[in-house]
Amino acid sequence: MIYSDKVMDHFSNPRNVGEIENPDGVGEVGNAKCGDIMKMYLRINNGVIEDVKFKTFGCGAAIATSSMATEMIKGKSIDDALKLTNSAVVEALEGLPPVKLHCSVLAEQAVKAALSDYYRKQGIDPIAIVGEIGECDHCDTEE
Amino acid sequence: MDRFVYADNAATTQVSPQVFDAMVPYLKDHFGNPSSIYKLGRDASKDIEAARVKVAAALNAEPREIFFTSCGSESDNWALKGAMQLMSKKGKKHLITTVIEHHAILHTAQALERQGYEVTYLPVNDMGLVSAEDVKKAIRPDTALVSVMYANNEIGTIQPVAEIGKICHDAGVLFHTDAVQAIGAVEIDVKAQNIDMLSLSAHKFHGPKGVGAFYCRKGLVLPNLIDGGGQERSKRAGTENTAYIIGLGTAIEIACANIAEKNARLIPMREKLIDTILTTIPRCRLNGDREKRLPGNVNISFEGVEGESLLLMLDMNGICASSGSACTSGSLDPSHVLLAIGLVHEVAHGSLRLSLSDVNTMEDVDYILEKLPPVIEKLRAMSPLWERINKG
Repeated sequence: MIYSDKVMDHFSNPRNVGEIENPDGVGEVGNAKCGDIMKMYLRINNGVIEDVKFKTFGCGAAIATSSMATEMIKGKSIDDALKLTNSAVVEALEGLPPVKLHCSVLAEQAVKAALSDYYRKQGIDPIAIVGEIGECDHCDTEE
Repeated sequence: MDRFVYADNAATTQVSPQVFDAMVPYLKDHFGNPSSIYKLGRDASKDIEAARVKVAAALNAEPREIFFTSCGSESDNWALKGAMQLMSKKGKKHLITTVIEHHAILHTAQALERQGYEVTYLPVNDMGLVSAEDVKKAIRPDTALVSVMYANNEIGTIQPVAEIGKICHDAGVLFHTDAVQAIGAVEIDVKAQNIDMLSLSAHKFHGPKGVGAFYCRKGLVLPNLIDGGGQERSKRAGTENTAYIIGLGTAIEIACANIAEKNARLIPMREKLIDTILTTIPRCRLNGDREKRLPGNVNISFEGVEGESLLLMLDMNGICASSGSACTSGSLDPSHVLLAIGLVHEVAHGSLRLSLSDVNTMEDVDYILEKLPPVIEKLRAMSPLWERINKG
């Protein structure tokens, strides 16, 4: 397994690790059986993501993609955060091994899940704005 | 990094200086083809035969029962495919093996199934032990071969090989054991233990990678593995890898010379690791049998932690280890061995294997014990799974 220097940097010094008390939005994706869980906390003010924290159970790539995703949305508008794609996270990390690409999908989904929760808390149906948050193929087969 | 500790000796070992020195002449001046008639060739041939004597001595076999191969997997393939092909001529097309074998056995058994052979995969108990009684019950009139690994590569469990050998012998069934992890750790006597075939690999006991051996009891004539010249009594043709065979001979001689003495040094190191980790780190468990265990094997699962990130963080601290997590297995599922002993996926993902060898010291053990707890703590602090476990 060869990780880029950028992945190793974010793995060894993950940014924005932790929790936010009474977050405006919180989302959790993945499951323990697959070996990856990402939980993302958002503090949102006037449509801007003022703060973001994450907790991840998972491999090096899972931790690095979570860390990178939080860096990419911190201080950005909700609209910009919604545009975050897994491939943008991969690019920012200077690539991921093919078997680890699902980790970047999980990072994108974690951001979307947290934003969905934010909208739900506002009494707004998130589906029209955020869309459905899919599961990875492997998780679909869970009991 | 304060120290470098290689604790992944079940993956591979460092070539010892004595082995290296023994090999070098054959890469330089003693380069002759062992099949050549002149002295340069004859000497190489003689030295290969001396290496064969050493391998035979380590197993209480006869030199003519030893064949050099390229690795343990090759020996395993030869044993299973060769024996099944041979016995199928007598109408025996049933193979018995276990669910915790190395992939060199499991995938070979699966390949045989695709060719129409029948395979029974015996379960293990929660310690990873195969029951000799289960072997006995699984034997049918059409059973050709039983293949049970001597010791497991992940959890270090040592199987009741002599007992299984006796059962097979009494039932007239061939018995093969993959002893790749066992050489130099346990006393092996193929005659007393009724072993018909055995696989081993040099790089697990401070020999070089790329060379193994296959013991096949005399009188058992398997089909040739490689047709070609007369090397390895025409059973496994191809010009001999002289330097590596010499390396294997030297390595096995050293590895099996003082097994009791080496274990007396290794076991206290293993026990200190296991005892200290289990008593100081909450929510972890030892995988595998505590007693019937390879002297250098430690396998512990930490709840709420994923194995790959654990290995990467240990690596940042200069510690090389291994894990049965899905991420390190290259598949979506964690180790088949850990699942076979009843671990749930999330606990199997958090497994750590530390495997010690002659080159490790008690200082290495203390260093691991100093570095491991904060690494586990750091990963747990950022793990939503750990948070959930703590909340109950």
